[in-house]
Amino acid sequence: MSGELQGCGAPAGGVAVTANSSGEAIIEGTVTADGAPASVGYARLLNDDGEFVAEVPLGSGGGFRFFAAPGNWTVRVLAPGGARAEETVTADRGHTTTLTVSITAPVG
Amino acid sequence: MTRSDVLVDADWVEAHLGDPGVVLVEVDEDTSAYDKGHIANAVRIDWRKDLQDPVRRDFVDRHGFEELLSARGISNDDLVILYGGNNNWFAAYAYWYFRLYGHANVKLLDGGRKKWELDSRDLVTEVPERAKTSYKAQEQDTALRAFRDEVVAAIGQRNLVDVRSPDEFSGKLLAPAHLPQEQAQRAGHIPTAKNVPWSKAANDDGTFKPDDDLRKLYADEAGLDFSKDTIAYCRIGERSAHTWFVLHELLGQANVKNYDGSWTEYGSLVGVPIELGAGR
Repeated sequence: MSGELQGCGAPAGGVAVTANSSGEAIIEGTVTADGAPASVGYARLLNDDGEFVAEVPLGSGGGFRFFAAPGNWTVRVLAPGGARAEETVTADRGHTTTLTVSITAPVG
Repeated sequence: MTRSDVLVDADWVEAHLGDPGVVLVEVDEDTSAYDKGHIANAVRIDWRKDLQDPVRRDFVDRHGFEELLSARGISNDDLVILYGGNNNWFAAYAYWYFRLYGHANVKLLDGGRKKWELDSRDLVTEVPERAKTSYKAQEQDTALRAFRDEVVAAIGQRNLVDVRSPDEFSGKLLAPAHLPQEQAQRAGHIPTAKNVPWSKAANDDGTFKPDDDLRKLYADEAGLDFSKDTIAYCRIGERSAHTWFVLHELLGQANVKNYDGSWTEYGSLVGVPIELGAGR
């Protein structure tokens, strides 16, 4: 990204972790639908007050990654058919918080 | 101006995506999204490669915009329907950009790519072939675009709307949380700016909230003085293009500008005032 204007947009699954990421408070994980990685869906990060902070389309393996700050956060998942799920996590600087969010695939 | 002048829904797009005179354009930052699948007949515009000058931090000039639209096969009288990922942030940015260069007939697909995907509507990988055109653009309409000196002069004078998340506004984060937080600029916000996160204007599926809710949000809850001119900003100007769209196109506010320099410029300026902490 050197010298290039980096946008606010989120690539599927989130931005890759690099050698410079050691001071970040990372929240990452996988979304599963009935036990298998969810291929289509969105992971949204909400702050302690329930406000939107960021959103990424799920990566091909159902993955997502956020660079947060120390504190409590909620990951909310949206998927086709009105499927939703939420998990609350705590992030720390220099630490990667990993979670799995399960959604139930809609019937039909 | 009514909603139907500036927005279409997914059903409308499905019914009209093959119409002559209608051009669907997907605008993404992550261009792999288009490659994986896009709405049938949609062409692609890359937010960075196609719309930004490759050397200076600025837009492609009028001639560059003419070349881009000509190459995409877009004519001056075509109805352009923009949509994209990230809750239409970059599509709204492109909408504002099309208006800046004087394209009259442009609309957003409400909910963008996300709503389309959550509805499980069809995406294709075929890239449409469109014959080259001779597009003619206008000079940039600077009534829609704010620059840094104007923003500094607007402190305490005009409505300044910071549309970033509360954590970016307060200085806790320097960028949306899907991005690494190590950034060159200082944290915080422009003094006297009101924090109305762009997300408050949208439903979870990316569609815009009803006009009455939007008016209540900005006028009653945030305390914007609608009799004053307004400048919206975020980090790089695309989320604030989303809010510019709400204020100028949906709510019909007369003098609303988008400050595309936004926090990556303001937070790097030497000597300007910065406020930290939550809004007042």
